[in-house]
Amino acid sequence: MVGDTAKPRTLAEKVWDAHVVRSAEGEPDLLFIDLHLLHEVTSPQAFDGLRMAGRRVRRTDLTLATEDHNTPTGYADPAFNSRRGDLLTIADPTSRTQIETLRRNCAEFGVKLHPLGDEQQGIVHVIGPQLGLTQPGLTIVCGDSHTSTHGAFGALAFGIGTSEVEHVLATQTLPQSRPKTMAVTVTGELGPGVTAKDLVLALIAQVGTGGGRGHIVEYRGEAIRKLSMEGRMTICNMSIEWGAKAGMIAPDETTFAYLKGRQHAPKGEAWDAAVEYWRGLTTDEGATFDTEVVLDASQISPFVTWGTNPGQGAALNGRVPNPEEIVDEGERAAAERALEYMALKPGTPLREIEVDVVFVGSCTNGRLEDLRAAAEVLRGHHVADSVRMLVVPGSAVVREAAEQEGLDKVFKDAGAEWRFAGCSMGHAQNPDPHKPGERPAPPPTRKCGGGRGRGGRTHLVSPTVAAATAVLGHLAAPADLN
Amino acid sequence: MEKFTVHTGTAIPLRRSNVDTDQIIPAVYLKRVTRTGFADGLFSAWREDPDFVFNNPVFAGASILVAGTEFGTGSSREHAVWALRDYGFRAVIAPRFGDIFRGNALKEGLLPVELELKAVEALWDLVESDPTAQVTVDLTAREVRAELPASTAAWTFALDDFSRWRLLEGLDDIGLTLRNEGAITAYEERRLSFLPVVG
Repeated sequence: MVGDTAKPRTLAEKVWDAHVVRSAEGEPDLLFIDLHLLHEVTSPQAFDGLRMAGRRVRRTDLTLATEDHNTPTGYADPAFNSRRGDLLTIADPTSRTQIETLRRNCAEFGVKLHPLGDEQQGIVHVIGPQLGLTQPGLTIVCGDSHTSTHGAFGALAFGIGTSEVEHVLATQTLPQSRPKTMAVTVTGELGPGVTAKDLVLALIAQVGTGGGRGHIVEYRGEAIRKLSMEGRMTICNMSIEWGAKAGMIAPDETTFAYLKGRQHAPKGEAWDAAVEYWRGLTTDEGATFDTEVVLDASQISPFVTWGTNPGQGAALNGRVPNPEEIVDEGERAAAERALEYMALKPGTPLREIEVDVVFVGSCTNGRLEDLRAAAEVLRGHHVADSVRMLVVPGSAVVREAAEQEGLDKVFKDAGAEWRFAGCSMGHAQNPDPHKPGERPAPPPTRKCGGGRGRGGRTHLVSPTVAAATAVLGHLAAPADLN
Repeated sequence: MEKFTVHTGTAIPLRRSNVDTDQIIPAVYLKRVTRTGFADGLFSAWREDPDFVFNNPVFAGASILVAGTEFGTGSSREHAVWALRDYGFRAVIAPRFGDIFRGNALKEGLLPVELELKAVEALWDLVESDPTAQVTVDLTAREVRAELPASTAAWTFALDDFSRWRLLEGLDDIGLTLRNEGAITAYEERRLSFLPVVG
């Protein structure tokens, strides 16, 4: 199926073409969906729609549900640990109802669910890769914009709305118009202490939050090839933050090594056949993209956002910009509003911005490697008295693995809160959102005014910058601790 | 989706323009987990006013809503259509609709009928003087008919052939896709053997 067409194709086009069930002139293509991930917030009405129409879930074997958006990630109550599966621990009635509804729907329609307290429970975009379900060349959808995370494996993965969730449940397909393609080529190498998060924040600052609109983006180049799977997931996760439909990275030895031996990865001869197929999932020599962007990794340093959208960022060494110097009228107005909301004065060195809450976690930075990086910075230091630091693993498995390595002890010794798995402040539909006036420097995905608790002011940073910031009480790089 | 061919029923006059989806159903109702049972949220803020037309018992049982221009603008919430359907409406007549609302309505079997303001005003006058007046929305002929005091009125309306066909056949998006079920099954049979399954 791959590579037997004469015309050179991009990775995105190959995966797209391999999933067309039906195409007709003037109509969207009907795409087959290989993996459909569900969670409690965007699925209830989809199931209800099926029920009303007397429809079933067509492929329960390609559908997986987890509880993540509304789940509490920890309480002061020491008994909480033993009651993890108990819904009474969820105080908000709406959140609890959504979770109860998901459980009932999964039972009624025969969908596999990893509930709160289950060893495989976690953020939907963390558990797919962790189980080995996220594989190169697949089409993956979920009722969540950060579904683009799975593109790190060379899958075509994108977020959908509730009506589309119902459509996929009933048909295992989705009518889709072919998007444009874009190449983001990152040349050179990231410097020491510079992470994937810094790279993607620098990219968004360069192209703007709408820069990817209507495109499937392929991240390529030396710097991307050198990233771990975790780093690649962080990059693809943030694709949606600059408007892209999806982000993809061609699979390679790093991808295969990550997948090998995982629960749902192919075994034996099937593994060999799969790897042979996956090796074909690269952009052909001579294939063209609709848009191309080039970035030099060696020019990137630890990056932070100062405004209210992920495109309003700058190198940590810099200062809060002066809106008067911004040429574009729309961006100038947005910067003025952002600075007012963030209560920041133009020209302030970014390192002088004080922070009261630091959050490490979410589907962007809640994986083991992220926790290791943050712990490494924290080791031997203590969180500043003025700071509350929350560390929320992306899944129960990540939490367990971190504890095996003693990372929980590093966090707790440093005075941080070691919590259970969930979206937490990355989403703020659980008890964790911050309060008005607090200024967290989290590495979660999106910072928008009020987006995770009304009135909070958020700076997006990498896990290592977050850890250094927690120690010093102001935005800081790990090198500042020496 | 329920088929729509020819519908005859009574109508309720909503003499307001720029009715946005938040007025049709306020955001507080979006927390629910079902697609039904939204009728109580329909225009809920306005229904607190005893003089609001929806509180006038003579209009109980109306299945056609006649509203002012720019009906259904604002947020894309599909709940606005669900609430109108749950209340018992089969069609909404207005001079113009919000684009997203109009698209959502067509997909849920609620027919949005665009008639010029003069026709809408004639319908308002008619049903206000006689709430039992029967109004017919005929999708096969793309026509709205009513007995006015002096004459029989018939106004034609525009709707693209594809949307009309879907409503006549009662096909929602899923129903449309399932017309290609043979192609889906054929695709499933040729999928690669090593692809993952949940279990």
